[in-house]
Amino acid sequence: MSIVQVSNLKKNYGKVEVLKDISVQINEQEVVCVIGPSGSGKSTFLRCLNRLEEITSGTILVNGHEMTDSNSDINKFRQEVGMVFQQFNLFPHKTVLQNVTLAPIKLKGKSKSEAEALAMSLLKKVGLEEKANSYPSQLSGGQQQRVAIARALAMEPKIMLFDEPTSALDPEMVGDVLNVMKELANEGMTMVIVTHEMGFARDVCDRVIFMDGGYIVEQGDPSDVFTNPKHERTRSFLSKVLQS
Amino acid sequence: MDAALNALPYLMQGLGTTLYIFVVAIILGFIIGLIVALMRLTNIKPLQWIAKIYVNIIRGTPLLVQIFFIYFGLNSFSFISLDREVAGIITIAINAGAYLSENIRAGIQSIDKGQTEASRSLGFSGGQTMRFIILPQALRRMLPTFTNQAIITLKDTSLLSVIGIADLTQRGEVQASATFEAFPMWTTVGIIYFVVIYILTLLSNFLERRFKLR
Repeated sequence: MSIVQVSNLKKNYGKVEVLKDISVQINEQEVVCVIGPSGSGKSTFLRCLNRLEEITSGTILVNGHEMTDSNSDINKFRQEVGMVFQQFNLFPHKTVLQNVTLAPIKLKGKSKSEAEALAMSLLKKVGLEEKANSYPSQLSGGQQQRVAIARALAMEPKIMLFDEPTSALDPEMVGDVLNVMKELANEGMTMVIVTHEMGFARDVCDRVIFMDGGYIVEQGDPSDVFTNPKHERTRSFLSKVLQS
Repeated sequence: MDAALNALPYLMQGLGTTLYIFVVAIILGFIIGLIVALMRLTNIKPLQWIAKIYVNIIRGTPLLVQIFFIYFGLNSFSFISLDREVAGIITIAINAGAYLSENIRAGIQSIDKGQTEASRSLGFSGGQTMRFIILPQALRRMLPTFTNQAIITLKDTSLLSVIGIADLTQRGEVQASATFEAFPMWTTVGIIYFVVIYILTLLSNFLERRFKLR
């Protein structure tokens, strides 16, 4: 069953067309990786899914909600869509625990103890329960990103969006974050991941989408796309990123 | 020097008036500044214009003229009657509010937009994001500039002596001319202002450490 349904999505910044005509479906429990060169529109595409970007035309259905309908309560829809950013964006004035409990308390009306119990179980899951009372600045990048994942999960979303979650990390931190994401995928979370981690895309994703120039050039099973790309553009991109 | 010491209790009463006007005016000024800063940051054009016009008028005219305008100018209408202290507090508050609004606006705009995106992506509304995420960080960040404005505002209250408010400066003037001891008297008044402002600075340093932006 499809949880995301994008039809004829177009997005312009002024006169620049960033997304030209994107139509795609994502099924429940599917893990989709979006790859492609810089400027191909993959992050913009992801940000359109929870309307952090206003789209120019087209429709986006998430959980059956029309995200682009300006009459609907976007704040309500966003509660069901978790997002993890390249720059983590933890709230620096709040402790790790407060970062994770803030939204459930304020938006879902959970009691403090209820939210904290949930937060602690999520922090345990990402391996950071002992950091609950630290501030984000006291954590490494990889730890901050894992807290950011816990923060998004605390809203019990139906789908998680990841915008280059490991691109700002030191190489030795990448593995910890990817392991958390892998575990999440194994639990059946629906995930859309914009990434440059080709190994992760190949091993964990159910489907790879290759974007270039504002279009989806090619998509399919990772083993097909990586070993046997149909399009020349995909082939040249893969040959460049895979040899490094 | 005896004259100054004898006058000290009388001067201290003036300091009381100065501090009372300062505290009320800076709190009102802060509230005005916050509202005006948020008006500037809305997408509603008329609100932006009102905020801009207000800031420009206050910045573009001397405080002394503003004091005269409100106390003498507005009071010349038969249906308005402001007593000195009310007029003084209003003037100081709207003056400080204009400058503070610019500081608060800069503080808000200095917060990375990733903070807003993270908050909105969790489902917080724009208003909730401002309240829970942006303002707490912006206000911490602007504490040093706020202290600066508070010190300026405290000193600005001395101008209210011209409309006859019995503040520290006005009482210093009364004593200086009554005793013909201008030098010790004004030295004493200066020292009192200095000590109060120094305490204010220490308080601000303490708050900055206490609420360090992590």
